[in-house]
Amino acid sequence: MSEIITANIIVLSLIALAAAVVLYFAAQKFKVENNPLAEKIAALLPQANCGACGKAGCKDFAEACVKADAESFAHLYCPAGGSKVMTAVAKELGFSTPEHEPTVAVLHCNGTCENAPDKVEYVGLQSCRLANRAFVGKTGCPNGCLRLGDCVANCPFGAIEMDKKTGLPKVNPDKCTSCGACVRICPRGLYEIRPRGENGVMLYVACSNRQKGAVARKNCKAACIACMKCAKICPEITVENNLSRIPASVSPQTWGAELAAACPTGAIVYTGNKGKENEQA
Amino acid sequence: MSKLKTFSVGGIHPDKHKITSACPIEDAGIPETVFVPVKQHIGAPAKILVQKGDRVKTGTLIADADGIVSADVHSPVSGEVIKIEEQTGETGYLETMITIKTEGDEWEESIDRTPDLVSDISASPEEIVNIIRSAGIVGMGGAGYPTPVKISVPAGKKIDCIILNGIECEPWLTADDRLMQEKGEQIIIGAKILNKALGIQKAVIAIDENKPQAIETLHQLTRRYVGVNIAVCRTKYPQGAERQLIAAVTGREVPPGCLPVDVGCLVQNVGTVHAIYEAVQKHKPLFERIVTVSGDDLENPGNFRVRIGTPASYLIDKAKPLGTPGKIIFGGPMMGVAATNLAAPVTKTTSGILLLKEDSVNIFEPTACIRCGRCAESCPQGLEPFAIAGFVRRGEYQSAKKIHVLDCMECGCCSYICPAKIPLTDYCKLAKYEIRKKK
Amino acid sequence: MLKISTAPHCYAPADTRQIMRDVIIALVPAGIAAVILFGLAALITMATAVAGCVFFEYACSRWWLKTAPSTGDLSAVVTGLLLAYNLPCNMPVWMTLTGCFAAVVVAKMAFGGIGKNLFNPALVGRVFLFISFPVQMTSWVRPHLFDFMNVDATTAATTLGILKHADAATSATRLTADLSELPNYWEMFLGYTGGSMGEVSALALLIGFGWLLWRRVVSWHIPVFYLGSFLVLTGITWLYTGSPAAEPLTQLLSGGLLLGALFMATDYTTSPMSRKGKIIFAVGCGVLTFVIRRYSSYPEGVSFAILIMNAFVPLIDRYARPRIFGTGRK
Repeated sequence: MSEIITANIIVLSLIALAAAVVLYFAAQKFKVENNPLAEKIAALLPQANCGACGKAGCKDFAEACVKADAESFAHLYCPAGGSKVMTAVAKELGFSTPEHEPTVAVLHCNGTCENAPDKVEYVGLQSCRLANRAFVGKTGCPNGCLRLGDCVANCPFGAIEMDKKTGLPKVNPDKCTSCGACVRICPRGLYEIRPRGENGVMLYVACSNRQKGAVARKNCKAACIACMKCAKICPEITVENNLSRIPASVSPQTWGAELAAACPTGAIVYTGNKGKENEQA
Repeated sequence: MSKLKTFSVGGIHPDKHKITSACPIEDAGIPETVFVPVKQHIGAPAKILVQKGDRVKTGTLIADADGIVSADVHSPVSGEVIKIEEQTGETGYLETMITIKTEGDEWEESIDRTPDLVSDISASPEEIVNIIRSAGIVGMGGAGYPTPVKISVPAGKKIDCIILNGIECEPWLTADDRLMQEKGEQIIIGAKILNKALGIQKAVIAIDENKPQAIETLHQLTRRYVGVNIAVCRTKYPQGAERQLIAAVTGREVPPGCLPVDVGCLVQNVGTVHAIYEAVQKHKPLFERIVTVSGDDLENPGNFRVRIGTPASYLIDKAKPLGTPGKIIFGGPMMGVAATNLAAPVTKTTSGILLLKEDSVNIFEPTACIRCGRCAESCPQGLEPFAIAGFVRRGEYQSAKKIHVLDCMECGCCSYICPAKIPLTDYCKLAKYEIRKKK
Repeated sequence: MLKISTAPHCYAPADTRQIMRDVIIALVPAGIAAVILFGLAALITMATAVAGCVFFEYACSRWWLKTAPSTGDLSAVVTGLLLAYNLPCNMPVWMTLTGCFAAVVVAKMAFGGIGKNLFNPALVGRVFLFISFPVQMTSWVRPHLFDFMNVDATTAATTLGILKHADAATSATRLTADLSELPNYWEMFLGYTGGSMGEVSALALLIGFGWLLWRRVVSWHIPVFYLGSFLVLTGITWLYTGSPAAEPLTQLLSGGLLLGALFMATDYTTSPMSRKGKIIFAVGCGVLTFVIRRYSSYPEGVSFAILIMNAFVPLIDRYARPRIFGTGRK
């Protein structure tokens, strides 16, 4: 009896030993070099791997931070995490906190169901990128929102929702990290990452239609018709390709109310004037 | 007749609906205004040569090819140019079009308008290519690739097989079928012209077995023309696709990323070959084509000889729809484009206009994939659409690329066959779009 | 309002529901045979199994997965029928329902519903019952033609059971005695033998499979390669050992081999996608069935063989890809 027990113990020990040796060499061979500091920094990041910083993912960004010197660190910024995360990263590495203006994604289209009613019915796969290739869109506007929600489906932070009433996607500024996923996914380039402005008050042209005014108006009541009224009020505003653009440098507080009131189609959105925006939406 | 030829991988058998194959080609007449797009082909848009107010004759060059991969555009009517601006095409997007108001029908003097058959080919090979170029001929099967580029063989390569594509595998369409029945001899002379241009002796006309009339007509004719043969193919979609047709007729397979010329083949649609005949023998540039107007709720479906630039609505009025159509398709139901704008004009590549009833175009809600494998079985390129769809849903476009999604030719077999009604072709298109965008 | 969609604009008429309806039609002959042979009890078991599977599928999708009930595609009916065919006709109702639970809730809905299950639900149900209630699952009622009430139900051994027993027997007299109990080929072909109610009649199964082939619901590859590889191995053993237990035709016609090869291994979801993959899968099933029948203590190996190969399907799918057009051939 004792012989059996001894034999068992010996055999099992030998097996364990052999397995340990194999595991040891395997671990040596497949070892992945990790910088402990980079791991520490990666833990501070949002881990959304959204790619907004221009790196392949959060791990990549962390490694870039570790390698950076004081000067090149100033060019690194995690838009998803914002200045809070960057302060923590800078503290960890002993750098000064880089300055960065908070931003948010805005949609340059106001082709709501009411402003731009459907002319045809789209019944295929609900994807803007696909529909964009197949036809001009339900509204007939070749530059406007297709209202099929690729941005909603691809927002890594769930910050965009389809507004059932308007048919348009709506960015929730509290959740938006301006990672730029919507900018990249939108086949018509309707999104822009814009400074949030003081207290989140913004002023921009919610239209991207480059057709002549009369043609654009046929499809959408809220289209910019390049009437130049806004440009006459504020000299900083440029009108190119039948489309007005309000640069971010135009102060919403100073100009917002006046410009929004002057725009004959309501293409200019001024979020400070809540009444006006609700009326559009 | 030997064993019927076909391609070996994949393929489907959709309902044929060839209700217009016995309708003789009718002249559609000339509409009051035509809208001629300057880009009716693959490549650069043609440069406009006319101005508002200019008077043109039928066959006058109105836009000139811009570069090698481009094509001339000729006026399809005589009259006055009233507008040159962007107008909406069938997809609703803007295209630059020349609008001509019709006055009479005065043709350029150089065009031979007699119905006589000219069978002697006097032009030299170089002249033939030049004539084809200046007649603005492009592939009329649907792709619109400029024909002179296709028949200029790159140095170091040799074509030993000319295939005339008379397959017309799309359901409903019968334009090529009718053309072969009525203009068989012209097509054969066209084939001879191609033979001469390329310096080879043989050409094969490939026809699906579901066109017995056309086969019979051409059989009679080929007895008198040495070197032109007929290959009868077993009906299967997408046999009219270039690669599948080459595989069916010669057994050669064009590798991914290669062109038919790499396996020594040239495929030309019979409509294109007919246009070549008219250009070389009758000096008539390409400004009209045969269009099938068909559908499941029409009083007068048929095949029409139509001037390029004729608005679709003009043809639809001729076909007299009985109800309100649910969907209007430019081209065939498998690869055609659903139109949003009925004022859009017929172009060099419009082989048909289909008006389908609302209940025959219903799209069903996709259900879960049951892994039946029919999509992979029906894919003529040997792809796995179910796997591609899986990758696209997860946004893994590079993985989709690894399983060769770029070889997809968007023939629609997988979407057609899927019992769960999953839009597999759409997923493939999306994957291709994303991969090409990232490049 | 005009409709817009991307191409193609026409679709094949076949949908999931229609495919499942075809499978049900293909299973009808075997069901009729079971009722003729085993009477009302068979009908009750079938009805219980189908009702149980449909109920569990409905309940799962409604209250657990919170999706639209997927019972409309009839796949639960197919699962129920196949499960019933794998049971003896005198199964207690509550046991059958337990099998339905294992089949639909554990093997199918827990994986996410139709199309996502790794293992064949009906087979999981059968194996679950087989392991849990071995006595009931192996007491076979002797068939009585057109005796619907089948009052004097006596038990009979299955052909495979006899063979297994005979193979293990040592004395020559025992051997002949056992083998005399064997049904003849015609009895086996028509189904006049003990066994699970759906598997006994080879004729009914073949008629049903003919329908599936004609409707192009399944291809011939899996059954042919499954049965072929199994027959080759059995044939070699038979010629080599001369054991009557390895006689190929008896082996083919007995047990669940035909039901398994024709209806279970060909299940879409749990078999490979490509033709190449199907052949690998089928040969694997054939070899495993042979190994289990010949060398294990179980007389029957079809369910285990198919379930084991089911587990390999993702791997097979990964490596047995179809040939890309224009590559790999001169």
